[in-house]
Amino acid sequence: MISFGRLAKKPWIWAWIAAFVVWFATIMVTGGASTLGLSQAALTFAAFSIIVGIGQMFVITLGPGNIDLSVPATMTLAGTVALKLMNVDNSMVVPGLLVAVLIGVAVGVGNYALIKALRIPPIIATLSMSFIVQSAAIWTNRGLRIKPPAVLADFTTSSTLGVPNVALVALGLSLIAWVLLEKSVYGRWISAIGQSMAAARMAGIPVDGARFVTYLFCAVLASVAGYLLACFSGGAALNMGAEYLLMSIAVVVIGGTAVAGGDSNVPGIWGASLFMFLVVSMLNTYGIGAGIRLIMTGLIIISVIMLAGGRRTGMR
Amino acid sequence: MKLRLTSDAMRLLIPALSMTVLLAAVFWLQPRAMSYFGLNLLLNLAVPIALATIAQMLVMAVNDLDLSIGAFVSFVACVTATFLRDAPLIGTLILAGAVGVYALIGVVIYLRNLPSIVVTLGMSFVWAGLAVLMLPAPGGQAPDWVRWLMTVKPPLMPMAIVASIVIAIVAHLIVMRSSLGVLIRGVGGNQRSVERAGWSIIAARAAAYGLAGLFAVAAGIALVGLTTSADANIALRYTLLSIAGVILGGGEFTGGRVSPIGAVIGALTLTLAGSFLSFLRISPDWQIGAQGAILIIVLALRLVFNRVEKRGARP
Repeated sequence: MISFGRLAKKPWIWAWIAAFVVWFATIMVTGGASTLGLSQAALTFAAFSIIVGIGQMFVITLGPGNIDLSVPATMTLAGTVALKLMNVDNSMVVPGLLVAVLIGVAVGVGNYALIKALRIPPIIATLSMSFIVQSAAIWTNRGLRIKPPAVLADFTTSSTLGVPNVALVALGLSLIAWVLLEKSVYGRWISAIGQSMAAARMAGIPVDGARFVTYLFCAVLASVAGYLLACFSGGAALNMGAEYLLMSIAVVVIGGTAVAGGDSNVPGIWGASLFMFLVVSMLNTYGIGAGIRLIMTGLIIISVIMLAGGRRTGMR
Repeated sequence: MKLRLTSDAMRLLIPALSMTVLLAAVFWLQPRAMSYFGLNLLLNLAVPIALATIAQMLVMAVNDLDLSIGAFVSFVACVTATFLRDAPLIGTLILAGAVGVYALIGVVIYLRNLPSIVVTLGMSFVWAGLAVLMLPAPGGQAPDWVRWLMTVKPPLMPMAIVASIVIAIVAHLIVMRSSLGVLIRGVGGNQRSVERAGWSIIAARAAAYGLAGLFAVAAGIALVGLTTSADANIALRYTLLSIAGVILGGGEFTGGRVSPIGAVIGALTLTLAGSFLSFLRISPDWQIGAQGAILIIVLALRLVFNRVEKRGARP
């Protein structure tokens, strides 16, 4: 019972409970017949939100006003350029991934250069950057739809031991993120910066370096997600990143990370991402139309944040 | 007193300057734009954007951020093109109710101490859903009076400029000159001291959000007046445009430091930037990117200017 009490205090528990309730409500409709299929689909689609959500979480940890709005544009550009480079050639898989990562690095460097050199608020800096990146994506894409190499298409759409491969990739990245956040000095640094940048600077923390690495990390994760998503959906589309802008922010906050910064957790991202996908599929299972589905999604997001929120003071 | 006035004026200098430069560049590239019709064509789409920017500014004045403005303006556009035309009474009631919901959200965010970004994010889904329910496919028609209002041709100046000036003056009076406006900005500046001075934070926040809803409703109606029909996705880009407009106009994210006149100028600048690029014959692929570049240039100018100003202030 002690462990339960301790569990209930964890900020991420609400997202997991919500995800489980929705999952249960959905399989009950079909009498349990869709359990495996639903779980696999949820893991697959949640994987993309998890990857971009982790990057966004690190940025949000930095404190109020830190949000990366260039995530969707980065995903699109990375997916487009990587597929163009690979050109359906199986031997180009690794160079493709490298190019995607390089694009992420370039966007991250650009973002932080704007924030630091021009002292632009991060929201506006990443917004301006996303305009430029989106243009670059439109320019390279030119309406072409190149298929991914067969190896990658197979890899992203199939499962290992019943677990979708993309979910395994997301798990690997989550473990790295968890170690970085909980066990490394860097994790302590960004939490400290999020709680008070002035105090962190006085404590001798390399504030600029840590923030720079964080924006870099977020952009690289977005580009990896874009690379995987383009392969999963059989080609890069110009609007493929669009829904991940709001999604990446939503999963971070529903997952229990404080928007005021300085306090984050990785498990919450998983719970929230699964929850966000399961809500849509539950409403689909009940045969509800697009309009009502959107309204319900919105109301559910607000209810979850109302239930989970109000725990910490100091949010802006 | 005199010093404060000049610092407010200083804040407006960069936005005004960048708009003038852009306007001059547009005239230089396309002299025919320098006419009554040319100016109207150039700027009429700025009217709804300016209204949405003022709405966003009001929310930013209390240190929040509204990510639902785009969806809300689309929702209002759908109501305007359907109910407000066919059943004006019901249409008016729906819009009044929507403004009420906005005020309520402002209160809930404060009472439950919620992050505004997430709550408005959730609301954006709700507004989008309601809009889809009303108009599953693009359609509807603008009420005649709205159409008349947006296409009327006043003497001397085109409607777009008259409307922008009116919006700027009205917003300036509310936010900078009325006691309510001072209260709202005070909440953004230091909520606790406003509370200790005996003011109701709940009322101030409800007022800020309610006013934001009102301006956003006006934005939706004005938009339908220009486009004549509506669509559930018609104004989704307004969310980001309105944030950019406030910042371009000299507003800041925290501290209740906002400028209504600057916000209108910011919205006009963003619209002009689009026209400027098409006159430059930049490939459409790069137009969004160039808009981002203009945003960066203006903000860089502001930084340089602020430094010079600071150096001047220090004797």
